Amino acid sequence: MKKVQFKSNYSQYLFLAPQLGILLIFLYWPIIQTFRDAFTIQDAFGISTQFAGIDNFLFIFSDPAYLTAFKFTIIYSFVITLITGAIGLLLAVQANNVMHGKSAYKTLLIWPYAIAPAVVGVMANYFFSERFGLLYHLFNDLWGFNWYESVYDAYIYVIIAGSWKQISANFIFFLAGLQAIQVSVIEASMIDCKSSFRRFWTITFPLLMPTTFFLIIINITYAFFDTFGIIDTTTIGAPSGETRTLVYKAYMDGFRGLDLGSAGAQSIMMMLIVLFITIFQFRYIEGKIHYN
Amino acid sequence: MTRLFTSNLSHLILFVGISIMIIPVWMIFASSTHTSSFINTHGLQFFLGDSFQENYLRVLLYKGGFFKEITALKMFLNSFIMATGVALLSVVTSLMAAYALVYYRTKYATFLFWLIFITILVPLELRIFPTYSVMAKLNLVNSYFGLIVPISASAIATLFFRQFYRTVPDELLESAKLDGASTWRFFIDFLVPLSRTMIVAMFIFMFVFGYNQYLWPLLVTSSEQYWTVVMGLKMMSGSIVHRFAFVIMSMVPPILIIIILQKHFIKGVFQDK
Repeated sequence: MKKVQFKSNYSQYLFLAPQLGILLIFLYWPIIQTFRDAFTIQDAFGISTQFAGIDNFLFIFSDPAYLTAFKFTIIYSFVITLITGAIGLLLAVQANNVMHGKSAYKTLLIWPYAIAPAVVGVMANYFFSERFGLLYHLFNDLWGFNWYESVYDAYIYVIIAGSWKQISANFIFFLAGLQAIQVSVIEASMIDCKSSFRRFWTITFPLLMPTTFFLIIINITYAFFDTFGIIDTTTIGAPSGETRTLVYKAYMDGFRGLDLGSAGAQSIMMMLIVLFITIFQFRYIEGKIHYN
Repeated sequence: MTRLFTSNLSHLILFVGISIMIIPVWMIFASSTHTSSFINTHGLQFFLGDSFQENYLRVLLYKGGFFKEITALKMFLNSFIMATGVALLSVVTSLMAAYALVYYRTKYATFLFWLIFITILVPLELRIFPTYSVMAKLNLVNSYFGLIVPISASAIATLFFRQFYRTVPDELLESAKLDGASTWRFFIDFLVPLSRTMIVAMFIFMFVFGYNQYLWPLLVTSSEQYWTVVMGLKMMSGSIVHRFAFVIMSMVPPILIIIILQKHFIKGVFQDK
């Protein structure tokens, strides 16, 4: 914290007021409403509301469709994190390695970051449609790919669509992480260890740990929340709900099914997951990695 | 010799990576310059056709949507208003809130910080229906205000500004205090100019964030007059080449901003020198 500060007076609250005002009306109020929804049951017309205890929570956990969405979301976040992290790191190491054209490579790889997930999904759709999708026909010739019917093929489709733009974010952060490593450390390691492969895994990679863990969190939140636009423009949950994420299912239950109690309970479950990941990051990971 | 080999291998891997990024977009672009009947019989194209001008002008000026009330041009205007609004509002409020958090001594400091930090854990997707019902109660559905303000209820930029202010040397405030600068003067004359790079970075970040919103505009606009580009992609009617053209155009604004301002963006986010 700062050693020199202003004394607290009314002007402090004037600086805070605009942000806190917006948060109060458009964030805290809706969150309180979410908790109210989650612990009450409304009749079909929304006229009477009854306290329901944890019934909504018991209901979602007895719903096989919720468990399917839960399983898919876990698999999806894990695979996207792994694929985009690995490819992002591979490209960042190469870009850090080359003598010429470093900044050109940066520009050529940074732009997909800016594309909306929904736009990526619409584009992926053209490559995976039965009518003229190149990848659909390529994979179909190879192993009979058909995402309209096969769950695993549908997974492949949404994983490719979901990973594509996220490689860019991983590349940018890994490259920045690599460039922050001091040259003297690398030079010293070159004397001690001839093999560049071993040098990478014993020296460079451990120094990249802060970046890696930061990206794990970024990728998981991306797979949880930002992929709504991708699912909604690609499989829409096909074959029969196996590629719905938790956010997608909560939206469908609330919007199409008008079941706000269940949607609220699902939102609170997701808040708990996010809270868990954040605490895990702060408590466990931040203490164990070395910052240079 | 091995040095040359590994360097060439690096270029090769990067070339493959860039191809994976560029080829899909290029093919949609190339296909968007053909006629629909050609695409329908021959599939996606790798080479350019002759209908670029015709297709793109039609998409921009033709009234599409369910009720045929809005042109793509109007959607671009809406997206631009929304993205700029989100970026301005969140950058200004965050800049001020972070100032109050870092530069004032108060016993509530920790409480105030958590009050703001906790909002990171609750993205809009988790409170979308209650937020909608708040908007409906306040009669803000189908308005620019309704598109902008709930998306700006985010404290990510506050955390970045807070982090940045903490690296500003204490001597700056000391000397400003000696000169008799008020809290407001110190903020406007010293801190804001000093935060320029960070402001640009956060502005780009929030602009792209606002432009790329999909779910919220879908929910909060029932009138076609407020449709944005990204949500309009799914709603627009039209033949296949017009859809291709619209997809390509929808990517242009955020990509241009990222490429043109990438130095500021990277500098701000990673706080390099």
